[in-house]
Amino acid sequence: MEYIKAFIVGGLICVIGQILLDTTKLTPAHILVSFLVSGVVLGAIGLYEPIVKFGEAGATVPISGFGYSLSKGAIEGAKAKGIVGAFMGGLEAAAGGISAAIIFGYIMAIVSNPKTKN
Amino acid sequence: MTNKEYQQYVERKKPKPTYFKNTLSAFIVGGLICLLGQIIRNFLFRFGLDEKTVSTATSILLIFLGSFLTGLGIYDKIGKVGGAGAAVPITGFANSIVSPAMEFKREGFIFGVAARMFSIAGPVLVYGISSSIIVGILYLLLTRGG
Amino acid sequence: MAIKKIGKQTVKLQNPPSIIGTATIVGPKEGEGPLKDYFDIVLEDDMWGQESFEKAEAKIQEEAIKLAISNANLSTSDIDYLFSGDLLNQITSSSYTARQLEIPYFGLYGACSTMTESLSLGAMAIDGGFANYVVCATSSHFSSAERQFRFPLEYGAQRPLTSQWTVTGAGATVLSATGNGPYITYITTGKIKDYGITDANNMGSAMAPAAIDTITQHFQDTGYSPDDYDLIITGDLAAVGKKILLDLMGKKGYDLSKNYTDCGVKIFDGVEQDTHAGGSGCACAAVVFNGYIYKEMIKGNLNRVLLVATGALHSPISTLQGESIPGIAHAVTIDNSLN
Repeated sequence: MEYIKAFIVGGLICVIGQILLDTTKLTPAHILVSFLVSGVVLGAIGLYEPIVKFGEAGATVPISGFGYSLSKGAIEGAKAKGIVGAFMGGLEAAAGGISAAIIFGYIMAIVSNPKTKN
Repeated sequence: MTNKEYQQYVERKKPKPTYFKNTLSAFIVGGLICLLGQIIRNFLFRFGLDEKTVSTATSILLIFLGSFLTGLGIYDKIGKVGGAGAAVPITGFANSIVSPAMEFKREGFIFGVAARMFSIAGPVLVYGISSSIIVGILYLLLTRGG
Repeated sequence: MAIKKIGKQTVKLQNPPSIIGTATIVGPKEGEGPLKDYFDIVLEDDMWGQESFEKAEAKIQEEAIKLAISNANLSTSDIDYLFSGDLLNQITSSSYTARQLEIPYFGLYGACSTMTESLSLGAMAIDGGFANYVVCATSSHFSSAERQFRFPLEYGAQRPLTSQWTVTGAGATVLSATGNGPYITYITTGKIKDYGITDANNMGSAMAPAAIDTITQHFQDTGYSPDDYDLIITGDLAAVGKKILLDLMGKKGYDLSKNYTDCGVKIFDGVEQDTHAGGSGCACAAVVFNGYIYKEMIKGNLNRVLLVATGALHSPISTLQGESIPGIAHAVTIDNSLN
């Protein structure tokens, strides 16, 4: 059952992005940044949590979910260590993903070459 | 014709995107990637790990998948079909890091791969981390100051 | 005294140079397109054994120039000037090619209008008595252009329907002070026209005003009309820009519907090859002209052609700074006879 919810919630979040791409002058970069910051803000005011409870991966896999985990981490850091924790919390929560992206990016660059499009 | 008139004229003459097809493809591709994330999550929970570890591990695995498919030269084809359905999930984030890393290899591993790796995804990190810090500080001000 | 100048922007050559040799080299995708039988060399692999796309583009341009010179039964030491350019920063493809050829070299930047810019200057050099033999060349490469102007190849972004596909290839023309045609007879040099289009994915619309301006000025300066030509062809307005040009020229009283097309539209099959609006890049006009148009003129199927290559003169930085895209179009008349 949660598989269907994840599929639908994730699909709908992407659909919002696609509609913005097709009907406005926004570029993919604009959309990624705005989805990310929306996730941070909605997470901070507690509105993203219910979407995560319902959709699980459908809410955490899109980039807005990344924003959500950043703001959750920042708040937890602030709770635990005050202002220093506010600085550390977000990046700590994202550390696994960012590190993974860096190392896999580097490995792929060593191992493969970009292919011509046809 | 004035500049404005020409710009409006160009808007009228532009071929319109295939809205329905694009929306449907984005829904399906994005949904499938999230579905895959859900499968990974459920699988990891069976090992008795806590929520935080499972979430992070799922992200790492999806980032690996996005990186691997980019390395194989497949992710750009997925993006062509899926549009936002491929760009918005975290696999798209991986693709935006791995593709410049691969591309700029010709300029060397320091000034090419390493320096240009975040040329597309950089804003995600800058705005994500900065906004999270602001959230943390606001939280402190509102809970301790209030 | 500008005795050869007619009207505002046109020059009527008094010693029209002849085209005595051409060459075209294209990548695999172009070699599968509608004009595939017109190209001299079709590469199987767009890297051509080189280490980078930039080096491959330089090699493609170099070999095209050498082949054109050889087709003209000359050697590189016979050539007085090389006029060439390309899309890359500091026009490295052309400069590194010129390094190999050791011909006195004028590097040009006209973006996709470089083919006619080089033909214009080369023809003037010969007509003015400054040279006997001149080579005019240009090149572009899909991958080197993408990585400079747009995104890494493996990035999964969707291309809008107005976007164009940069042609991988090079075209070169050898002009001579003596010969039996086809001749370059008129040159109309374009002014930059910018109507505020900022979308780098819709270059055809950005460049169309420049093409309209140059073609209109050409008719006014020379007194000719569209029917005096077998073919009027723009460089890379592609499907979207072509529609705009036909429509707006029509509103000015010039009916181009019978003999006008665009190199970007001719070089790819938009549907089969999924190139959206069509081809672009310096090589677009270069290979269509030096391959298809030249060969059809030699056969006598086309006798009088107005070639109008079009360029978008923005840079990746200028668009990020919110600047619009300035366009330019240079026209040359190529005629099988001198009457």
